[in-house]
Amino acid sequence: MDWHQLWAILSAPDNIPIVAIAFLVPFYSWLAFRQARANDRLIAQLEADPQLAKTHHRKTYPWKPGWLKEVHTWPYLMRMEFLAALIVTVILTIWSITLNAPLEELSNPNLTMNPAKAPWYFLGLQEMLVYFDPWLAGVVFPTLIIVGLMAIPYIDANPLGSGYYTLKQRKWAIATFCFGFIVLWIVMVFIGTFLRGPGWVLFRFGRTWDPTYQPYAVNRDLPDIFHITSMTGKAIFGALVVGLYFLVMGYLLHRLITRKGFNRKIYERMSLIQYLVMQFFLITMIALPIKIAIRLLFNIKYVWITPWFNV
Amino acid sequence: MGAQTPVTPEKPEQGILPPRVREELNVLREKAKEDLEALKKPEKTQLFKSMFRVKHDESERSRALSVLTNVFFHLHPAKVNRDAVRYSYTWGMGGISFYLFIVLTFTGILLMFYYHPTKGQAYRDIIYLMSDVPFGKLLRNMHRWAAHLMVITVWLHMFRVFLTGSYKKPREFNWCVGVLLLVFTLLLSFTGYLLPDDQLGFWAVTVGTNMARATPLLGAEGPLGPQVGVTPYNDVHFALLGGSIVDSNALLRAYIWHCIAIPVILSILLAVHFWRVRKDGGISGPAPVQLESEMKPERKF
Repeated sequence: MDWHQLWAILSAPDNIPIVAIAFLVPFYSWLAFRQARANDRLIAQLEADPQLAKTHHRKTYPWKPGWLKEVHTWPYLMRMEFLAALIVTVILTIWSITLNAPLEELSNPNLTMNPAKAPWYFLGLQEMLVYFDPWLAGVVFPTLIIVGLMAIPYIDANPLGSGYYTLKQRKWAIATFCFGFIVLWIVMVFIGTFLRGPGWVLFRFGRTWDPTYQPYAVNRDLPDIFHITSMTGKAIFGALVVGLYFLVMGYLLHRLITRKGFNRKIYERMSLIQYLVMQFFLITMIALPIKIAIRLLFNIKYVWITPWFNV
Repeated sequence: MGAQTPVTPEKPEQGILPPRVREELNVLREKAKEDLEALKKPEKTQLFKSMFRVKHDESERSRALSVLTNVFFHLHPAKVNRDAVRYSYTWGMGGISFYLFIVLTFTGILLMFYYHPTKGQAYRDIIYLMSDVPFGKLLRNMHRWAAHLMVITVWLHMFRVFLTGSYKKPREFNWCVGVLLLVFTLLLSFTGYLLPDDQLGFWAVTVGTNMARATPLLGAEGPLGPQVGVTPYNDVHFALLGGSIVDSNALLRAYIWHCIAIPVILSILLAVHFWRVRKDGGISGPAPVQLESEMKPERKF
């Protein structure tokens, strides 16, 4: 364990946001899941007792008859906003006095930074560059992320859980989003910050970043394993493998989605196009960790090789 | 000294001032007294009334009007759900993001006074800013850290909105506007990265924009790019940088995107976002829980 190396990464001023995220995301997740559990308990109680459901005000917050449902924006909301602005200003001022924004030497096209890292919030995409060609990692994936996020409200056919925290009523949606946000985005940012050293080599946590270290690895392509040598053969083979993956994964997801009562009910509410779009995004999302795994475990670089693009 | 001689009551004091002037002074003194009294109730002054237009007392009507008749506050409704002011529900991240945007605009404008977007001069300006400009270092630090913080708060805002299901009907479109705001927040931060013209920004932007070369059909190194006649001198990478490498044109383009174009786009989207929050029924909750047993069958069109 090279504590000095670890401290060098942790104390880099530009990495402070990442350290902050390490505390903020777990804290707010806890805050959300605590309220979700409380709501879930209330939902279970009301489902069991229809009589209570008719009279209860249906929130976990206390409420007494005669209390106003609404409060004046001035002062009750405005003072919160004012306080928030004040606290943020204090934090920012202290942060700005104690830590200087980094400034390296004058830009020099002849001297490459090693490692040359993107700003921290894009490290997830840079991490994807290891496993995918730039047209996928740098162009197609960001586009799919944006489009996929925008598609969420239109493919989520579950009417429950609108406007309150809950886990039970939206298990699938929350699991998928947390997988995307925390595993595929936040964790990748951490890997890019803490584990990627010179030459974008993967260093174990806390190991010295040795710029001369070259891990031994011979990458091969999937068609090579099957001794397919012709370009046409490789293109057809790859298309088949990718097509097969989509079919099999789609089938497995379909089985999973239509297995149980509530999911089945939601599935029946979906139109075909909603369902297909959701399947496409889910299958593509799951493909990322699979590609990472086959690269790290079997040193497989490309699955599908054509004269124009490789996947 | 000797014993005090009793003061004999005199006739009205004969000062140096003639009586007419003394009369005037008395009037002035009375007026001054009145003004001082008026200062104790500033809300009664003409100045105050002209600024705030309505009376401010503790009545219900006055509280509502204080929000509705103020251009800066009128984005708010007059009243909000009593549980919606709980921090644990909203996390306040949307509002904090907006506040950080204001902080960034303010510090950004001040920074623009000291910055030339030209190769060579840009880096010198940053050195000058950090060493000679009063509070220059603080200004630059605050701009940088507020930008990082804004990325985090926007992410957390999206996380909260997802977890409370607040993107559901009728707020679908506003979620999409929010996604665009996220994208432009990241782009705003990314374009700012190049401006100090140091190694960090230069290589981050080089790495980042190199991706554009690989755009399918539009990039010289992307799938099917060369096949449709795209070269390194007419592809999307060239358009972003105004050249084939990160140089003076790229610096100017980053500067204009960062200081003018993206802030304008972002402000317009923000206006739409806030307006839709109101039109779609205010902030989403906390709403009463719905039960599965009461789920209505879906309406088909």
